[in-house]
Amino acid sequence: MQCCIINWGLTDEGKFYCKSCHNVIERTTEVLTSDVVPNTKIQSISKGLRKRKKIDKGWEWYVCEGFQCILKKQAEALQALGVSPQMKDEILCNFWRCYLQKSKQAYCSMPVTDNALISDIGTDVDSEPERISLHGFSSFSESDGDLQTESSFGRVSSIGKASATETTSVCSGSVDGGSYLLKRKKGDLKMSMPMTLSLCYLALLWLREPVTLSDLLRFVLDGHIPYLNAFQCFPEEMKLYGVDLKIFRVESWPVYEDVHKKMYELAAFLDLPCFPAITNSCFLHPNILCIKYLMEANLPDELHNWTCRVVKKINVGETDFLTLDPVNKSTRKVKYDVLAAALIIVVLKLLFLLDDQYEWLHASFARKRNQKNKEECPWFDFKKWYTIIKKSLDVEQKKLDEERARCLWKCEKPLFYSAKEKYIVLKRRQTVVNLQRQFGSLSGSMQVSEKQKPSSFQLNWAEENTDGICFHGHILEGILQEKDNSLTTTNTKYWLCTVKLCNEKICGHLTHYKESDFPQSYQFVLNLFSFLLRVPASLIHEEVCLIEHKLFKTKLRRR
Amino acid sequence: MDSFVEQLTRGAEEEFTEESAWDGSAVRIESSSLPAIHLPVLPRYLQHTTTGGRKATGFQETKTACFNYIHEALLENQWQRAAEFMTAYLETLESTSAEHRMAAPEVVWRIGAEILCHHSKSSIEEFNYFAERIKNVGVKNYLKVCLEHVFHLLCNGLIDDAYRNLSLAEGWRYGEQTAAHDKEMKLIQAYKGLLDYYNWSEKRKAMLELDDDDLAQFVEQEMHSFFRQAAVNFKEIIKIPGVWDPFVKCYVELLEFYEDYDEVRQVLSEYAYNSKFPSNPNAHVYLYQFLKRQGESKKTRIAVLKILHELVPSHELMLEYNAMLQKSKKRKKHRLGLQVIFTVLDFAGWKEHVKAWSCLAKQIKQILENSSKHLYWIMEEWNSRKDWWPAFHFSHHLAKINWQENESLACEKAFVAGILLGKDCKYFRYVSHQGHKAKKGRFQTMKKFVKKHSSSHLRASGVLDSCIHL
Repeated sequence: MQCCIINWGLTDEGKFYCKSCHNVIERTTEVLTSDVVPNTKIQSISKGLRKRKKIDKGWEWYVCEGFQCILKKQAEALQALGVSPQMKDEILCNFWRCYLQKSKQAYCSMPVTDNALISDIGTDVDSEPERISLHGFSSFSESDGDLQTESSFGRVSSIGKASATETTSVCSGSVDGGSYLLKRKKGDLKMSMPMTLSLCYLALLWLREPVTLSDLLRFVLDGHIPYLNAFQCFPEEMKLYGVDLKIFRVESWPVYEDVHKKMYELAAFLDLPCFPAITNSCFLHPNILCIKYLMEANLPDELHNWTCRVVKKINVGETDFLTLDPVNKSTRKVKYDVLAAALIIVVLKLLFLLDDQYEWLHASFARKRNQKNKEECPWFDFKKWYTIIKKSLDVEQKKLDEERARCLWKCEKPLFYSAKEKYIVLKRRQTVVNLQRQFGSLSGSMQVSEKQKPSSFQLNWAEENTDGICFHGHILEGILQEKDNSLTTTNTKYWLCTVKLCNEKICGHLTHYKESDFPQSYQFVLNLFSFLLRVPASLIHEEVCLIEHKLFKTKLRRR
Repeated sequence: MDSFVEQLTRGAEEEFTEESAWDGSAVRIESSSLPAIHLPVLPRYLQHTTTGGRKATGFQETKTACFNYIHEALLENQWQRAAEFMTAYLETLESTSAEHRMAAPEVVWRIGAEILCHHSKSSIEEFNYFAERIKNVGVKNYLKVCLEHVFHLLCNGLIDDAYRNLSLAEGWRYGEQTAAHDKEMKLIQAYKGLLDYYNWSEKRKAMLELDDDDLAQFVEQEMHSFFRQAAVNFKEIIKIPGVWDPFVKCYVELLEFYEDYDEVRQVLSEYAYNSKFPSNPNAHVYLYQFLKRQGESKKTRIAVLKILHELVPSHELMLEYNAMLQKSKKRKKHRLGLQVIFTVLDFAGWKEHVKAWSCLAKQIKQILENSSKHLYWIMEEWNSRKDWWPAFHFSHHLAKINWQENESLACEKAFVAGILLGKDCKYFRYVSHQGHKAKKGRFQTMKKFVKKHSSSHLRASGVLDSCIHL
């Protein structure tokens, strides 16, 4: 459809048009190649329908723009879950700007880019100067429509540059995909998919939102927050291939420890000031989180009294301890949710010993007593609690495992490394879709697994719930005795999970959890919380050991 | 190499000489010539032994879990559930790890075929659809899947469909891959030949029922074209070393029908005697049967069975072999015949074979009657068996059962037992007692014979001592 006659005219809007066929040129490209005279303009004619080439080529975009896009979607999803809009528009946006500045990608006098590109911008007359300025970050609050039209929606864009990079960037859709993976300067922190979550969580923490990291990751796994195939939210013109896949393709779920670690690295990298204080009225304060987990684990409310005592004794309720202060590097990196779970376990150990003997002895005692006095408030019966929780936990765990196994990882639009692969990848995708349809129809009840409504509770033991028995109101009789006007445990023994903590720098961990070394009851309690928090049991075990060592510090030292 | 050996011996000498006045200098001399050891890189954290290889991605982990669920469902015949997980498992075809992606089509094919074979809602159309998709997932699997698809069609009696699929597969070409799949292609062609043979034999049946001569001639022409197609493919496949029994059998039948006996002889000899081929008893059986049909001399036939005897001493043709050996004039052959029949009875499958026992009985009787010159033949055979045959063949319990189920078997065995173990052995005693009760004349003669021979000859050699513990 291209007109071969070269006879250009200028339209009213200042665009070129062909005098013979009256096609308006929509795009002009400038090509810089060595074998042609520099700065020769090659112009292509584009009719309204001829979009294909444009799409194939796509926009030029930067990796950080991709992350920005994903962060925006994640923030929106969090907002939809009920997080304050402040988080997206103020906090995360600011953190992100700060990140760009610190990583010298924007908001600085000399952004790190390919040297060639910089010089291009300087010399090219045709480049749009206003786009060199950084204004893409208002796009956080912009609508998708704006994003689509804002062809650069980032930082730098010059027409001349496109051709220069076209030859070098064959292996990536983004402009800097290749170099993004290459350069690794000391102190430089590369944005990655797990790190988007770290950044989100930092923002949530800043606002002291009632969301724990394990909650956040659970929402991600359940698909309430875009993560897997998050690149789908990119505008169509942002082509993703080559090295970009390594950056944006997700092949594993985020790991708690990993995200947590990166969060602290980020906080330090961004030079953030001390975070708002976490006081005992905050959700993340162990005293409050413990209430939540006690409820979820269907344990007596009375235990809260004991967790609070432990918190006080080992000073983990102090604001200084809990508040994230990137400046003060000596502070411990608190895992709020894991800490609370570990506190409950320590209290259970204090009261019931969990040595596979004492708790059962007491349970049979409590059961007999409950049978005799049916009117009075029932004593907490560990065995009964165990059977009920175990049953429900097994069911839920099985459900979860199957759900995980059923999870589909691939999106409709497959990713391919290079154009050469495109055909085969698309074909393979098509085959898989066809076969999925075939086996889908054979699986009978096509359960369209509805997205469960996100909730911070996974197990519910509300009082009106008839099938499960609620232990919240049960009392801790029989294991406590009054001594000098205060209640103490009847049981005077205790066993330590470990006598000596390892050196984290040498072992990578403070402790090493081997299931078979520990009593069954202890394993069960660990697994229960491991399920609730979706973290490995070893992580909670480590925290338990730490708490024990603080709790028994004086006694241990005396040895 | 030489210098190294020298160094070694010198080192040993030095050590030897300085052993008395040990001061470690020998080691010092040695260590100076040793290259420095390069220690491997330690993992970052000491106590974490890594199992090697990269950690599996979440994708792979969930797919493995998915596979396990399918596995479980298949074992429990929960086809719907298996299909349900299969939808998720299919994504392995798109795995980003090349290694996993390569292995995936076969796994998917096996599982999918299993589900589709058993699922109540499945049909042959569903199966065809599935097979067509899988064929095109990876070129490497194309022919293999084709062949298995054909088997499935054949199992469902869809011979025409199978034939069509084979023809299609035969025409498949894929650049360089074509050469790599040469053997698979030969197999495809061979199976096509098998179906050609099937059509041929159908036509032959039809022709026999025809009265019309013109029509018969037409059918004969058709038959001949099937024959040619099949023959070409069969000839190709049996060139490759391997076990091709069905193809060989059909090919032989075709050739014999058209009276091309030379070709048959050549094909069968090649199949039996080419050392490149894996040893295959059937090859010798086919050759023997052909020679028998052809009325070949005993000598050649015995030669074939000799090899078969080495390969499968318990083969059913061994009785025939034995009979042929017996008819021979040479003593050596007679002795071999005895060995053959003894060996046959070593196998549990022959335990109750009346004919085999009567053969043995007859031969023993012959030897004993023809003067005792060859008695040592029996003794030598018996020597290696005296430890276990009594329990294996001649127990009291077996005597009871044999007598109840098959009197003539019991008789033959009793005779052999009487001779080999003496008249006091449990088996002989039980059977002769029963026979006496039943007042059967032949037992009397047998008893006499046994009494006469067992005591005099075998006992003297000490063979009979072994039956004392019985």
